Amino acid sequence: MKAQYRWLPWVFLAPALAIALIFHIGPFLNTLVLSFTDATTLGGGKFTGVENYAALLGDPQFWTSVRNTLLYAVVVVPLLMLLPLLLAVLVEKNLPGIGFFRSVFYSPVVASMVVVGLIWTWLLSSDGAVNRVLQALRIVQEPLPFLTDTSLLLLSCMLVTVWKGLGYYMVIYLAALGNVPQHLHEAAQVDGAGGARRFWSITLPGVRSTMFLVGLLGAIASMKVFAEIFVISSGTAGPGGQARTLVYTIREVGLGLSGEIGYASAMSLALFVLTIGFSILYLRSQRMEQTR
Amino acid sequence: MSAVATRTPPARTTPSRPDRPRRRSRASIRRKAVNYAVRYLLLAFVFVLLAGPFIWQFGTSLKGPAESIFTANPFPVSPTAENYAAVAETIPVFRYIGNSLIVSTSSAVLNCIFASLAGYVLARIRFRGRTLVDILFLATIIIPFEVIMVSVFLTSRSLGLVDSLMGVILPAAATGLSILIMRTAFSSLPREIEEAAMIDGASDWQRFLRVALPSVKGSLMVVAIFAFVFAWDDFLWPLVILKDPSNYTLTVGIQYLSGTFTSNQRVVAAGTMIAVLPLLLLFFALQRWFFRGVGEGGIKG
Repeated sequence: MKAQYRWLPWVFLAPALAIALIFHIGPFLNTLVLSFTDATTLGGGKFTGVENYAALLGDPQFWTSVRNTLLYAVVVVPLLMLLPLLLAVLVEKNLPGIGFFRSVFYSPVVASMVVVGLIWTWLLSSDGAVNRVLQALRIVQEPLPFLTDTSLLLLSCMLVTVWKGLGYYMVIYLAALGNVPQHLHEAAQVDGAGGARRFWSITLPGVRSTMFLVGLLGAIASMKVFAEIFVISSGTAGPGGQARTLVYTIREVGLGLSGEIGYASAMSLALFVLTIGFSILYLRSQRMEQTR
Repeated sequence: MSAVATRTPPARTTPSRPDRPRRRSRASIRRKAVNYAVRYLLLAFVFVLLAGPFIWQFGTSLKGPAESIFTANPFPVSPTAENYAAVAETIPVFRYIGNSLIVSTSSAVLNCIFASLAGYVLARIRFRGRTLVDILFLATIIIPFEVIMVSVFLTSRSLGLVDSLMGVILPAAATGLSILIMRTAFSSLPREIEEAAMIDGASDWQRFLRVALPSVKGSLMVVAIFAFVFAWDDFLWPLVILKDPSNYTLTVGIQYLSGTFTSNQRVVAAGTMIAVLPLLLLFFALQRWFFRGVGEGGIKG
């Protein structure tokens, strides 16, 4: 607007900009640089070229982490795209007391993953409620080792992630459902279409783009999974650490006893590429949507 | 971000609801009753699924050693507070509550101040370098914290922030999301009022503080709540930056309690309740702001 605005914006921006530069942009650039060095928490930092990346390729722990993290997305994302939508449809109609149900369904979102993880650790333990119910219903004879078997542990963590996320995505879907024209439902109802039919032909197409968005958010969240695994496995990532995720391994390698900062930085960038990959996939799909 | 294009049909003012009080056949009344019953049954089922674990845990935390924690009845016959006392004897829980309160409150206040200052400038003033600033803030949203965590630890160490609450607070004191929310809020204010204030001789600072800021109280509330809850719940960063157990926040402390000291499920249950009950109360008191926040936050990183 005017000349006086040469320094004023920077005064207003200073605190936020300082934090962004010192605690986000700076460390990101630093991560890039460190990934080409052999730096540790104690010092060092000789340039070693792509050695860290070459080491990653042959590191079974890294690949276990990548596999588990991708597996996480494969299981969690479809569930988070569908279940919260069903939940949103369930609480969409203004029935008496519906506000109460909406709030309760959202409450796991508010709780810390530590709390949620500890609650489920107890429910999933060998003499916990889940096993007792399964045994009472005669679905299983012996209690299932939810917390001590690698695959079951991962699956348990995934379900806990979904359980905690349901309410959040439900609210996102509720906003989207409000945009689905009501008259379509009415017309379909007059034509004799049942609930399932209307869900399939009206609701689903109406919230399509929101579903993609939820898918992206769920995928990114899956890449960052840590607390579930850490808490539910009591910090061990299961027997032999086989249920590890990428973030779990990055923390262990970079901030554990050995403190291999350079190597952990290379791993961090692999994580970054995965997250960005999902965003690019999403943008691609959006572009294809628009040209449809 | 509601990406769904709202294409509401024009001029259909009276939608013909089939359940309008017209002539209703007995069959349709019955069908409606069944419909309602099914809906409430489903709601009750989901209620048990989502609230049940909290209720179960709460009940367990109130059970004395004489009562079984394996029975189907989640509630104690004679409730006792002894498990809560046991938590306080095992870990310095009041200190942890205090630490969490300091961290969460500071984060809420700092995010409100820093994000509204930055958001106002980005929404209202054109200046050289604004595009660059935009890109920088966008980058902080796109780059997940987990990716830069190791380097942030190094930075914090060289700033002497390790093992201090300040070290927990600062990295999230002005998140890209907070700035985005405040920027959007200021952008949607009509310019005329501020221009009128300017003609009346108000300084830039006065325009910001007396005219613009009071009009975005709702968004400030959203920013404050999100920052508070995020800081209260956060686990990974406090776990990384805090070394001495006496400096822990509540989430790290509760994990420490269950991991190190006790396998007594009643005591762990009491610990988790101490960490979650204040937040649940806050949520039920201020829920409309939480829901509004999900809408405004849209893309949560």
